[in-house]
Amino acid sequence: MEPTAGSGDPADAAGATASVVTLHVNGVARTLAVDHRTTLLDALRERLSVTGPKKGCDHGQCGACTVLVDGRRMLACLLPAVAWDGARVLTAEGLSEGGRLHPVQAAFVARDALQCGYCTPGQVCSAVGVLSEAAEGHPSLATPAGPARTGGGLPPPVRLTPEEIRERMSGNLCRCGAYAQIVAAVGDVAP
Amino acid sequence: MTGAGRAAGDLERREAREKVTGRARYAAEYRPEGRLHGRPVPAAVARGRIASVDVSRALAVRGVVAVLTHENAPRLAAPQDPTLAVLRDDRVPHRGWYVALVVAETPEDARAGAAAVEVVYEAEEHDVVLRPDHPGLYTPEEANGGHPAVRERGDPDAALAAAPVLVEAEYRLGALHNHPMEPHAATAEWRDGGLTLHDSTQGGNAVREVLAGMFGVHRRQVTVVAEHVGGGFGSKGTARPHAVLAAMAALHTGRPVTVALPRRDLAAVVGHRAPTLHRVRLGAGPDGVLTAVEHLVVTRTSRVREFVEQAAVPARVMYGCAHSRTAHRVVALDVPTPSWMRAPGEAPGMYALESAMDELASATGVDPVELRLRNDTDREPDSGRPFSSRGLAACLREGARRFGWEGRDPRPGVRRAGGVLTGTGVASATYPVLVNPSRASARAEPDGGFRVAVNATDIGTGARTVLAQIAAEALGVPPEAVIVEVGSTALPAASLAGGSAGTASWGWAVHRACTELAERLAGAGGRVPPEGMAVDADTRGEADAEVPWARHAFGAVFAEVRADTVTGEVRLARLLGVFAAGRILNARTARAQFTGGMIMGAGMALTERSSIDVRFGDFAERDLAAYHVPVSADVPDVRAHWIEEEDPHLNPMGSKGIGEIGITGAPAAIGNALHHALGARLREPPFTPDRVLAVLRRTPPG
Ligand code: FES
Ligand code: FES
Repeated sequence: MEPTAGSGDPADAAGATASVVTLHVNGVARTLAVDHRTTLLDALRERLSVTGPKKGCDHGQCGACTVLVDGRRMLACLLPAVAWDGARVLTAEGLSEGGRLHPVQAAFVARDALQCGYCTPGQVCSAVGVLSEAAEGHPSLATPAGPARTGGGLPPPVRLTPEEIRERMSGNLCRCGAYAQIVAAVGDVAP
Repeated sequence: MTGAGRAAGDLERREAREKVTGRARYAAEYRPEGRLHGRPVPAAVARGRIASVDVSRALAVRGVVAVLTHENAPRLAAPQDPTLAVLRDDRVPHRGWYVALVVAETPEDARAGAAAVEVVYEAEEHDVVLRPDHPGLYTPEEANGGHPAVRERGDPDAALAAAPVLVEAEYRLGALHNHPMEPHAATAEWRDGGLTLHDSTQGGNAVREVLAGMFGVHRRQVTVVAEHVGGGFGSKGTARPHAVLAAMAALHTGRPVTVALPRRDLAAVVGHRAPTLHRVRLGAGPDGVLTAVEHLVVTRTSRVREFVEQAAVPARVMYGCAHSRTAHRVVALDVPTPSWMRAPGEAPGMYALESAMDELASATGVDPVELRLRNDTDREPDSGRPFSSRGLAACLREGARRFGWEGRDPRPGVRRAGGVLTGTGVASATYPVLVNPSRASARAEPDGGFRVAVNATDIGTGARTVLAQIAAEALGVPPEAVIVEVGSTALPAASLAGGSAGTASWGWAVHRACTELAERLAGAGGRVPPEGMAVDADTRGEADAEVPWARHAFGAVFAEVRADTVTGEVRLARLLGVFAAGRILNARTARAQFTGGMIMGAGMALTERSSIDVRFGDFAERDLAAYHVPVSADVPDVRAHWIEEEDPHLNPMGSKGIGEIGITGAPAAIGNALHHALGARLREPPFTPDRVLAVLRRTPPG
């Protein structure tokens, strides 16, 4: 990350208002100078024309901006782009490389898990994140307490029941109310 | 028969792939060369005038290109809709009204610029609280939808006084917010005196008329594109201030401008459902058969424009009775302007009426399903016109069967497991059949393909898909052979996606164009000339013709809730709806409309709460952290089914609108289930833990 010279703006004490970062977006290294106030969401949408991630609230309250950062689902509107130099960012566009839909996307189409579509890229990314979290054994509020684990080793995967899916997908609002179809779509792809 | 079957068209949505891959573009995602970003500045007082605006600090912010205020904004013709009269004068009619727009190179610069605009107000006393005894209350000429404010039949007072059973109850509903997931946004560009606007709207033609009028250009010089729209639920049904601001800023700066509204601004500037206070009196015999219905509604509007939520109207439709009074009164306050939100009138009105029906069931000991069957009618009580079709009874019976209603123990407050009480409830649903004239064109190509064009807007309903089916059926070809173009005023003019009228209105024109095209093709021996063959259709005079029938869709919604008597939390265990809405054209998109509406109704009952901050004069719950729209975990089991209805008096497809009816039964069904669970009745949604605990303290369950 290279700080670039500031404008002398008194609001910017350090004298630098932008920095050069490299984001690996959908497998392509993109190097750009980002305003320190720019969120990852705005960097993607306004600077890189990657508009799959949506701005529903800009405050971490809706999930429309969900992307996968280094494999984890995150809310791009809450991430200052300057802090994510070198990160690997995957969006709904990148999940379907070469025109082939990701299995989650195919399930969303098959189940009609969308209406207006504005929440959809975020739902899709969130669902991909859920699948790996469950595979890695991350519990949720809906996960039954298992026997206390003593030794090391990996936790067992969590089975994605509809209740688990609903709980884990509840950070992604859908005002159109496509929830039943979304839960079914995620269930189709879950192991 | 419900579900599949005759509604064979269970087609994948045409734009589904674009949407799941993030490639569908919405209004703020068009980036013409040199595009700027506009950030509006909301007024910080509830009433008053702007004494002075100092934009010098804002203009000094890096990247800021211009600051528009009432002092320098382009002078436009006065709009018919005064909510669009932004930056025209120094009046502040409510908090959140836009008083300036900062235009800058980036969204960050625009936001910093907006924070630096210094507005000095001369504040005046504001009055923002709706009270049933407000001295400013008056009877309007009409309520939304052109309904008369007051209707009276027979002698309701005498009939109520004489009724063996009288139910009298008051219900209160707070304001509600549409909050489509895509905040309102527009990207405007002027070129050679013409305006191109990518707008997040439910109806581009109306936006075009408004902007052409305000900017003093011919409508042909304005193109409004709404290819994908991230929901609207009424809030994008008319032109909104963001579109005017974007076009203004683009004119002022000579560069394209996007104005994407911040979520927390929406409550004040894109309409909302007004709060309503209801007084319902039902008079009935001991058998529950109604003799008199009175539904009185008190609501409020803004000082900018009168909008009267027509919440007493469903009582004119639902149940037979000889004596009736339905009336609306309204007061203009210093609040944001209310407007359409999914099923205006029916959503709050049916909450009150169907809650009162449940109270009547309790009072008479008649089963709530049976009570509604006993009061079924084949004529619309208010107009006396016969219903073109009325599937209410069939929906109630089918719903009861599917839900497992039979054998239900009517006693309230007795199903306890630990601290949790369970209950079930039912409510009827209704929504009128509306249809508007539209134009469409159909074209046969020499290569064997067909192209249908109509300025429909797909706000998530699946319009493209359903119109392709309608066209294909009329042409006698598979849907894949038909290309459907929608979402631009460059196409034949069509009505908005609202009033659940989209498919009927656009589909009628498409059906007409395709039917004529098929006839002409047959006349030409099936040969398409090298230049193609085209037909234009216009349903004016036909779609809007007076009809001698009352036309409505009906439904029945059943709910099961669990109420925690310790925490006061109410969880929705099941919500099941059965609807009778004519012919269902596409099973999957129809199911999505029904269940989506039901979920919004669940939000109305359980989570969505908005209150006016008396001191500051606007909504306290302005973002999605404070205003709770239902999430997946809130609605574990929501199902919709339908009754096939043959109704020849609708449109060539035989369909009724389905976008709004889903919201109309759910709130009362949930409220009635909650009463069955608790043994105590709450009459003010949403049924949040504080309210549930308060009622339990007063009336502990048995
Ligand atoms: S836009 Fe990021 S959570 Fe809403
Ligand atoms: S599909 Fe419209 S918000 Fe989810």
